[in-house]
Amino acid sequence: MTEKGLWVMKHIAIGILGVAALGFMASAASAGTLDTVKQKGFIQCGVSTGLAGFSAPDDKGEWKGIDADFCRAVAAAVFGDGSKVKFTPLSAKERFTALQSGEIDILSRNTTWTSNRDSALGLDFVGITYYDGQGFMINAKKLPGVNSALQLSGAAVCVQSGTTTELNLADYFKKNKMEYNPVVFEKLEEVNAAYDAGRCDAYTTDQSGLYGIRLTLSSPADHVVLPEIISKEPLGPAVRQGDDQWAHIARWTYFALLNAEEAGITQANVDEMKTSTDPNIQRILGTEPDGKYGADLGLSNDWVVNIVKAVGNYGEMFERNVGAGSPLKIARGINALWTKGGLQYGPPIR
Amino acid sequence: MASQEILREEPSRGSFINDPRIRSLFFQTLVVVLLFSSIWWIVHNVIENLQRLHIASGFGFLRSRAGFDISDTPIAYTSDSTYFRALVVGLLNTIIVAVAGIVLATIVGFTIGIGRLSQNWLIRKICTVYVEIFRNIPPLLVIFFWYSGVLAVLPPPRESIHLPFGSFLNQRGFYLPRAVWGDGSWLIGVALLLAIAMAWFVAHRARQRQKATGQQFPVFWTSLALIVGLPVLAFLLGGMPLTFDFPKQSTFNLTGGFWIKPEFLSLLLALSFYTAAFIAEIVRAGIRGVSKGQTEAAAALGLRSGPILRLVVIPQAMRIVIPPLTSQYLNLTKNSSLAIAIGYPDLTATAGTVLNQTGQAVEGVFIMMIAYLVLSLVTSLVMNIVNARMALVER
Repeated sequence: MTEKGLWVMKHIAIGILGVAALGFMASAASAGTLDTVKQKGFIQCGVSTGLAGFSAPDDKGEWKGIDADFCRAVAAAVFGDGSKVKFTPLSAKERFTALQSGEIDILSRNTTWTSNRDSALGLDFVGITYYDGQGFMINAKKLPGVNSALQLSGAAVCVQSGTTTELNLADYFKKNKMEYNPVVFEKLEEVNAAYDAGRCDAYTTDQSGLYGIRLTLSSPADHVVLPEIISKEPLGPAVRQGDDQWAHIARWTYFALLNAEEAGITQANVDEMKTSTDPNIQRILGTEPDGKYGADLGLSNDWVVNIVKAVGNYGEMFERNVGAGSPLKIARGINALWTKGGLQYGPPIR
Repeated sequence: MASQEILREEPSRGSFINDPRIRSLFFQTLVVVLLFSSIWWIVHNVIENLQRLHIASGFGFLRSRAGFDISDTPIAYTSDSTYFRALVVGLLNTIIVAVAGIVLATIVGFTIGIGRLSQNWLIRKICTVYVEIFRNIPPLLVIFFWYSGVLAVLPPPRESIHLPFGSFLNQRGFYLPRAVWGDGSWLIGVALLLAIAMAWFVAHRARQRQKATGQQFPVFWTSLALIVGLPVLAFLLGGMPLTFDFPKQSTFNLTGGFWIKPEFLSLLLALSFYTAAFIAEIVRAGIRGVSKGQTEAAAALGLRSGPILRLVVIPQAMRIVIPPLTSQYLNLTKNSSLAIAIGYPDLTATAGTVLNQTGQAVEGVFIMMIAYLVLSLVTSLVMNIVNARMALVER
């Protein structure tokens, strides 16, 4: 069968497996995710099918991006080794079923945190690793004179199905009394291909995504991202609801990344920092005498050292994947630390 | 007599385990009990696990606001409509593409199938090549072939190809003028219905006359004249109450007129051309299945080749053709779920979106399965009725 045929089959299979898994799962309470993960020796991490800067395989087949690195950070916290991760690429539609049915241990796939997803879908969001907002991209060469999303009435808009993007799009055009023609695909690659072929006038998704997608188009310079941001898109990882220990590990891995940046701990200086006498740094790195903040989480006391050694602090992760050190060149903006006017704020480790 | 009675009672004389009636009753009960208890076990487990995992369940979500838009809406639908209505829209889109596909596939399939039996070498070979190509390619590839064909070959909307009668063709689809019927156009509809009724009556009388006297009557031409002539007459009498809404260029797309989108077009072409290859083979086998003696006997009676095919061969071939044809119609309907790959909002695509927006996978998959099951059963039922009418009536 062709590759396309395979994914259709796979998509259907995941749906059915989800149902079957729920049907046949032993009704006795299952063991905690931490124990299961330790037993199998790696973390199964659900990522996107390829979104530059967040989770996309490079030319060697290695997954790169903030979302992929977050899973490595959790693996480093649990195993002391950031490479103990296996990645499962998922479409927007498959992602929640995959987490619910236990196929993956953590969903780190540019997923918007909403009240409905948090409460009715059996999952728990652990934090906001990237503050995003939805925007529009158009081909400025084909549509000169369009420089605002409010001029898009009557346009054909490409969008990925089963996303909050799809809902925001409907709301935005309705609110502004404009008409549009949705062109909806299930897979990101299909949306990209259709937009590139000229099937739609505009492409809408999270702005960070638009910058990433623009790089993959046949002539990136022709396309511009319009200034309007039409929604709040707090993107973050999620775990299954009802396993508090595992949720704590994921949540505090995220906070540890922020605290490390705030304290100036980097991949390069983490070993020197271990000898620091600053009590805050000692608490973070687990060098405080009698400190057992790592053990309380079910981890080793040098868990933050392992995290930073594996992926760096939050700032390094950002710059490497989407910031100045990447082709995307996205500014920190509201994703800067709270000490620098941004929204990223890590509660203290103590 | 006595020995017979003894023989009959012999099986039950041993242990009741050896009694075939009790044994079969026992095993049937066992199977039913096992079946129902395993169904109960699965359902019970699903419900319990959903509750344990804090996942919402039940069909209440069908009444909530959907919030997303759909590109093809045969019935009124906005983002304010309910999830249920979104599913109905998806189901209607599936039915539209399946019915249109079945009609087109049947026409193409019969043409190709008869073409494969042609005396003409070129026609025969072209039809063979067609069948061998389309029968041996997966339908999904055929869909992609048409879709990328449409997108790659056609120009963007601002450079649309102008076709006769104010139609346009571009990457965004095929635009036709839409007929807008004015006052008094109901007369045309009445005239058409009347004409059909009259044509049926003429055909009925002609059959009776042929049975009684052996004389033929040109039924086809009379019916054609009635069905075309009467509505045209009504149209002229009613003062030509018809205007056209022509597609016009606007900022982004063409607006107005009747718009066929490329997703629908490529899905329809792919499904019908793919299925037509199978139908062609079924038709060829059906015609070949009518023994040569039938053709020769008809020729001996003085019939020409046209009437032989129409009156002798095809009616007999249809009896062989219809049962496998039903399977092809069912296949076409189910293959329409491949629409998801090119973004046509059929039932699978819409239900998939609903499933993801609500997170209720169990209910979503269940609704999809039931809908396709019902569609297939209805198709089978209709085809069985047709088959029963066509089947050999033994006198």
